[in-house]
Amino acid sequence: MNLTLRIWRQSGPEDKGRMVTYQVDDVSPDMSFLEMLDVLNERLILAGEEPVAFDHDCREGICGMCGLMINGDAHGPQRGTTACQLHMRQFSDGDTIDIEPWRARAFPVIKDLVVNRNAFDKIIAAGGYITAPTGSAPEAHSVPVAKANADAAFESAACIGCGACVAACPNGSGMLFTAAKVTQLGLLPQGQPERHTRVIGMVDAHDEAGFGGCTNAGECTVVCPKGIPLTTIGRLNRDYLAATAKRGDTPGT
Amino acid sequence: MDLFTEGDPIADTRAPDGPIETRWERRRFEAKLVNPANRRKMTVIVVGTGLAGGAAAATLGEQGYRVKSYCYQDSPRRAHSIAAQGGINAAKNYRNDGDSVHRLFYDTVKGGDFRSRESNVHRLAEVSVNIIDQCVAQGVPFAREYGGLLDTRSFGGAQVQRTFYARGQTGQQLLLGAYQALERQIGLGNVEMNARHEMLELIVVDGKARGIVVRDMVTGEITTEFADAVVLASGGYGNVFYLSTNAKGCNVTATWRAHRKGAYFANPCYTQIHPTCIPVSGDHQSKLTLMSESLRNDGRVWVPKVKGDDRNPRDIPEDERDYYLERIYPSFGNLVPRDIASRAAKNVCDEGRGVGPTKLGVYLDFADAINRLGRKAIEAKYGNLFEMYERITGEDPYEVPMRIYPAVHYTMGGLWVDYDLQSTIPGLFVIGEANFSDHGANRLGASALMQGLADGYFVLPNTVANYLADGPFEKVDGSHPAAVEARRDVEDRIQRLLAINGDRTVDSFHRELGQIMWEHCGMERSEAGLRKAIDEIRALRDQFWQRVRIVGDADGLNQSLEKAGRVADFFELAELMCIDALHREESCGGHFRAEHQTPDGEAQRDDDNFAYVAAWEFTATGQPSVLHKEDLTFEYVHPTQRSYK
Repeated sequence: MNLTLRIWRQSGPEDKGRMVTYQVDDVSPDMSFLEMLDVLNERLILAGEEPVAFDHDCREGICGMCGLMINGDAHGPQRGTTACQLHMRQFSDGDTIDIEPWRARAFPVIKDLVVNRNAFDKIIAAGGYITAPTGSAPEAHSVPVAKANADAAFESAACIGCGACVAACPNGSGMLFTAAKVTQLGLLPQGQPERHTRVIGMVDAHDEAGFGGCTNAGECTVVCPKGIPLTTIGRLNRDYLAATAKRGDTPGT
Repeated sequence: MDLFTEGDPIADTRAPDGPIETRWERRRFEAKLVNPANRRKMTVIVVGTGLAGGAAAATLGEQGYRVKSYCYQDSPRRAHSIAAQGGINAAKNYRNDGDSVHRLFYDTVKGGDFRSRESNVHRLAEVSVNIIDQCVAQGVPFAREYGGLLDTRSFGGAQVQRTFYARGQTGQQLLLGAYQALERQIGLGNVEMNARHEMLELIVVDGKARGIVVRDMVTGEITTEFADAVVLASGGYGNVFYLSTNAKGCNVTATWRAHRKGAYFANPCYTQIHPTCIPVSGDHQSKLTLMSESLRNDGRVWVPKVKGDDRNPRDIPEDERDYYLERIYPSFGNLVPRDIASRAAKNVCDEGRGVGPTKLGVYLDFADAINRLGRKAIEAKYGNLFEMYERITGEDPYEVPMRIYPAVHYTMGGLWVDYDLQSTIPGLFVIGEANFSDHGANRLGASALMQGLADGYFVLPNTVANYLADGPFEKVDGSHPAAVEARRDVEDRIQRLLAINGDRTVDSFHRELGQIMWEHCGMERSEAGLRKAIDEIRALRDQFWQRVRIVGDADGLNQSLEKAGRVADFFELAELMCIDALHREESCGGHFRAEHQTPDGEAQRDDDNFAYVAAWEFTATGQPSVLHKEDLTFEYVHPTQRSYK
């Protein structure tokens, strides 16, 4: 099939950026979306033009490195699918496809479709862990975990940190990402001692990094390639309320 | 000109002798310690943030060392360990099915086709039980039974259920556990994290590894970084084949640059071809996707009995199907180790009985399991893998059998290390897939995660202390001649690549190199093929340095330039792999030489002549490497013809 691509080109953080139109012909429906971009880039290089920079690594939907706004949808039209797992059979001959980077205050553009997502790491560093220095662990079976809790923890732990939730959010909020980790660790007995410090630390880091607040728009869960549910944010809010109440704060101040 | 010369033998002098069960304990006791106040004065560089590197950096940070960590991805959480699906082995014997440290040790030595070191493998089996405890404490959500205890399953090459798992995303969950521990240390200021940085050279001062040259992939800035010890945890080199299950960015540059600086490269020809990957669909293919080996617990592998049978698989009656693994290997059936399953698939396809549009595929069929257990049970076990398969192929594996074919997955070879995981360059330690240590000629399923975490959490933090106890070493900075030279080499190489301005892309060369390697140094190797491959690699490498085209400059993000540097190193590695494969006149594990097989087509080892590790020393570009042999002795597991029949 033959496609028209309109791709965001931006040479660096200082450049204003613009959409540039490219024609790509003879695209196989069995190609992945990124392989289609590879084809374009090969052609650009041979023509002496700079290839389109985009992030990607595992190309099997698990590393979370790829992230493209495709026709205005984070990761494109197929639900539960990262851009690298999206295949061209989802498109039709003659389509025009807009491709843009994640756009959010906390994710500044580095070049073309590549953005800086370090803010996510800072949120984890502020509490998204269980303190268990190497060697200190008790025998694994000394703490049973109810299967339902283990399964629910896994569901939240499946987050790949791609940032689609932020890109889709009208407020540029990273709350689904934060809530997924708060939920996973809060559901496990091992996570209880740090439950309150964790949620406060992570939410503070989230706000400091320039993410917007959550207004329960729910766009994040629609685009999340791993199906992290909105209920995680409810759980985060409850934990946050309990933690701040215990600390003696008035929530919201 | 000869392809190589032979030098003095090499030996591991670090492993204690005596009863194998006591060696690790004795090594830990004999190793020197560093007192906590002195640790703060010492810096360790860790390159790579996968299971091995992430775990090591976190643990060293916890212990009080100053750690500088580097990864090429935008976050340490994205290292390719994240893609491991199936599970992690541990000798917990929670199933009471006869497992033990000794059995895991035995299975791993046998699974490696008697080409690994007994001392190392025994330590791995011992430490395996601590890994599970550690990960559970971190909140890794392993699969559990209704009673709240951990669930386990079987994996290829074992008859016990010792594999712990988190659905089909075990690697992700273990890596996030290590990543979170690492982020905690970053937050505490003990680890300095440098994401989007690529190591391009090792700095050796007075014979000791003292630093690295890195390129900031965003700004293009090249800097020299120094430490008292350098740890490489940069993964394997499967991408020399272009198409593999590795992430696109995985590369050999860190280890290859260290090799050029004096670290021996061991057993480069030992590559693992994984039997269950989604077949290639066309020339545009940029990578291959694994379907976890755990699927072989419930899926049955078959091809039609008759050549060229193009019927819909559902229309082929039972008695016209050949469940060839169950037929040839009745005792292990579909759960034979990876090397054996891969070669069997190749053989039936070579006979013309392959399936799918390219005829390079076999069926992995779940119809029996769905009938027996119900669709819901299969969904719970493998749902995410089935969805992934459908997204890629457009076919529904609940209705139509999957089509699978072997693909390059893992490299058992790597930099040579002693029992302390130290390379032949003092102060340079190598952990995880980047070293050669524990898997011999074939790695068993669910053992890569075990080795990465064993090295990172438990082995390296003990052994590196023994080296650092003699530190801190004399301060070195960027003005040291060795640092100036290493930095200039990096800059020159980049300028040379940019100046070629030829007429072919990096990817076109990489793809062609991969085809040569797959054809001649893949599942089956022969003397004629390997000699041909060496000539072709050399010719193609010359072409690369004359015709590659890289657009843009070195002063910012330039993904073509990054790739070009990596492919240039793959060219050199590829030649060494072929030479290693050519010199090893036997078949063992993943290394199958057509000239050396039993009458029924199994690998024929030659223990009299080849029971050694081949450690290669770099001399100069274009000059033959020097082979150093480390003899392998087997006191506990006696080499036998490996049989899974």
